[in-house]
Amino acid sequence: MTDSLTLPAAAPAGGTPRPAGLPRLLPAAGTVPVDLRAHLGRHGPLHYTGGPGRLVAEVAAAGLTGRGGAAFPVARKLAAAAEARQAPLVAGNGAESEPASSKDRSLLWISPHLVLDGLQLTAEAAGSGSAVLYVQRNERLHGRLAQAIAERAAAGIDAVRVDLVPAPDRFLAGQESALTSRLTGKPALPAYRPVRGLPRLAPGRPALVQNVETLAHLALIARYGGSWFRLAGTEEEPGSMLATLHLADGRTNVTEVPLGIGLAGLLGLDPAAAGPGGDIVPSAGGPVQAVLVGGYHGAWLPAAEAARLPLANAALRPLGAAVGAGVVAALPADRCGLAETARVARYLALESAGQCGPCFNGLPRIAAAMDHLAGPRPDQRARADLERWAGLVTGRGACHHPDGSVRFIRSALRVFAAEAGLHERGRCTGTDPRPFLPLPAGRPLSDADWS
Amino acid sequence: MTGITHTTALWYASRATGVVALLLLTAVLLLGILVNRQGRLPGLPSFAVTGLHRNVSLLAVAFLAIHVITAIVDPYVTIGLAAAVLPFSSSYKPFWLGLGAISLDLMAALILTSLARARMSRRAWRGIHWLAYAAWPLAVGHSLGSSSDTRSGLVLSLLVGCVLAVAFAVAWRLSRAREIPRASRAAAVLSRMPARKADL
Amino acid sequence: MEKRLRVNPVACAGHGACAELLPELITLDEWGYPIVADQPVPHGLRRDARRAVGSCPALALALTR
Repeated sequence: MTDSLTLPAAAPAGGTPRPAGLPRLLPAAGTVPVDLRAHLGRHGPLHYTGGPGRLVAEVAAAGLTGRGGAAFPVARKLAAAAEARQAPLVAGNGAESEPASSKDRSLLWISPHLVLDGLQLTAEAAGSGSAVLYVQRNERLHGRLAQAIAERAAAGIDAVRVDLVPAPDRFLAGQESALTSRLTGKPALPAYRPVRGLPRLAPGRPALVQNVETLAHLALIARYGGSWFRLAGTEEEPGSMLATLHLADGRTNVTEVPLGIGLAGLLGLDPAAAGPGGDIVPSAGGPVQAVLVGGYHGAWLPAAEAARLPLANAALRPLGAAVGAGVVAALPADRCGLAETARVARYLALESAGQCGPCFNGLPRIAAAMDHLAGPRPDQRARADLERWAGLVTGRGACHHPDGSVRFIRSALRVFAAEAGLHERGRCTGTDPRPFLPLPAGRPLSDADWS
Repeated sequence: MTGITHTTALWYASRATGVVALLLLTAVLLLGILVNRQGRLPGLPSFAVTGLHRNVSLLAVAFLAIHVITAIVDPYVTIGLAAAVLPFSSSYKPFWLGLGAISLDLMAALILTSLARARMSRRAWRGIHWLAYAAWPLAVGHSLGSSSDTRSGLVLSLLVGCVLAVAFAVAWRLSRAREIPRASRAAAVLSRMPARKADL
Repeated sequence: MEKRLRVNPVACAGHGACAELLPELITLDEWGYPIVADQPVPHGLRRDARRAVGSCPALALALTR
C-alpha cells in the first residue's frame, strides 16, 4: 500500500455557471474532509426508509444510473437484490482501477459519510446484514475511512457492519466479478459469467455491487427525493456526476458536473478561435488536438468535434464514445496521439488477467503493432495485423477488457489518421516527448499481485 | 525357488488379467498426461487422444473386473468380495491385496466422477482426477507383492518398462508445469514481438 | 428449442478437440482457441455438438439456450 494520497484540485470547471444545487457530493471548494458533524449539519440525519420499497421507488423516479462506467439503472439492481432468495452482500466499489480517474478516491477522502450512508441504505433495501467497502490500496485513505466508520459506530448511526477490503492495484481489480472473487478470498480476477444478473459469491449467495459515487447519490436521493435529483442533468440522463478532467496544461481537476454539460466548457475549449485547419482548438491550458472521453476503455474524439458535444451518452454513443466513469482528457497539440495511445495500449495489454487465450495473445500483439505505428515508417503489415487481431479479441474474453481496449485503440487510429500518414513518411507532429496520459509504474509479475 | 503352483484356470486368469490391467492402466496414465500437455499421437487428431484415454480406461476396468472376480471365485485362496474394496480385510496377503483394494476404490471414484463430469464442478472433478497419481503406484505395489509373477521374467520386464515410461512422462509433465504464471502471460507474448526499428 | 454452443474462455486451454469434431460450427484462431459460430445449432448437428462438448478435456464447451 502507498501512504501518499494525491488528490486533484476539486473545483468547478472554469467558466461554467454553476447550476442550482451543485455541488452536491463535494463541498463548495477545497479538499478538506467533511467529518460526521459537518455532514449531519449539511444534510441532516440518515433516514432509513423502513424497507426496500420506498428507496427503490425513489431511485426509480430519480433515474439514477451507475457511476462506475456501465451506467446501469440502479433501481433495477436494487429491485433484483430485494427479490433475491438470499440477502445479498452489499459492496461499495471504490477500487477506481482506471489510472486516469481520481473521482472515487476524492469522494471517499472528502465525503466518506455520503458513501457510507448510501451503503447503509442499500443494505437496508437489499435486506443485507453486512456490507463491504472495496477501496484502492492506500494507507491514508483506509485510515480515514476506518475512522469515519468508527465515528458512525460510536454515534450508533449504522445498522449493518461495514468491512474495509483493499483492492489490488490492477486495472481489472474493480471489475464486478473480480471484486466478488476477491471478496471470497480468491485473487481479483474476472470470472466467466454466461448468465446476466447479480454476481454470485457462492451458489445462492448474490452480491450487490455499486460504485461509491452511486452510493453517495443514493444517500442524497433518500433525503431529498427523486425529483430533486432530476433538477440537474438531462431528461434521459438525470443528475450530476463527478468528472476527472485532464487539462491541456497538465492540471487535473475533479469536479461535479450536471450530465449534459458541454465538453467545451469543462475543458475550457474555445472552438470559435480554432485555426484555419480547424483541427487544433485553443483552450485555457493550451492548444488541444483531441479529447479522450471515458478513460482507457473510452474513445478519442477530434477536438473540434468534442467541443460541440455534451457529456452525455445520448450524444457520445453514436460516435463510439461514452461517458464511462467521467474521465475527460484534453490532448495538447504538441503531443503525438499515436505515441500516447501506444503507451496506454501496452499498459492495457500487460494488465490482462492472462486467463483467456484470445486476450493474452491478442492484446500484446495489438500493443506491439500500435507501437510500430507510433514510430517512423512502420511495417506495411502493422495496420492490417492490428485490425485482424482486433477482430479476433472482441467478444472472446470472459470480461470486456479486450473489447474496451480495442474500442480505445480503434478510435485512435480514426482520430489520428493524418498523424499515421505522416509517420509512414517518417515525420511526426509531436514535439513534446513527455508522456501525457497518466499510467502507473510497474506491471503484474505473479498471481499474488491480484490478491 | 518354488512358487506355489496353482493349476486352476481361474487363478491363471486372475494373474493374466492382472498383468494386462496394469499395462492398460499404465497406458491410461500416459495418455492422460498426453491430453494434459496437448500432445498428439502420430496420424491421429487431438480428440482421438482424449478418446483413447477414456476408452482404454474402460477396457482396463473390464480387465480389472475379471481380475477381481476370478480371484474371488477361485477356491484355492480365500479372497472374499469385501477384500476387493475394503483394504487389508482379506486373510490372504492382506497388505498387498489391500493396496489393490485402495487402488480399486480410487479408480472407482475416477471412473464414476468422469462419467458424471458434466454434472459436477470443474474443480471438484479435477481434484478427484489427481488421485490417478495415487491409484497407479498402488496398483504397481499390489502387483509386486501379490504374485511372484512380477518378480521375474517377462512380467518383470514389462513392469520395469511401465515404471520407466511413467517416470519419464511424469518428469515431462512436471518440467512443463513450470509454465508461465497467468499474471505474466501477456508480458511473455509482448516480449516475443519484434520491437520497432527506431524512434522518431 | 434453440440451443447454442458457448465457450468458457477462462477454462479453455486451446486443446482444439471441439473444432476437429464440429468444423461446421467451430474453427480455431491463429492461437489455437475456438471461434464458435454465433448461430443456433441446427438439429442435424446436435449429436455432433454433444460429442464435441463431451470431448473437451477442459469442460469448457457447453450447449445451452
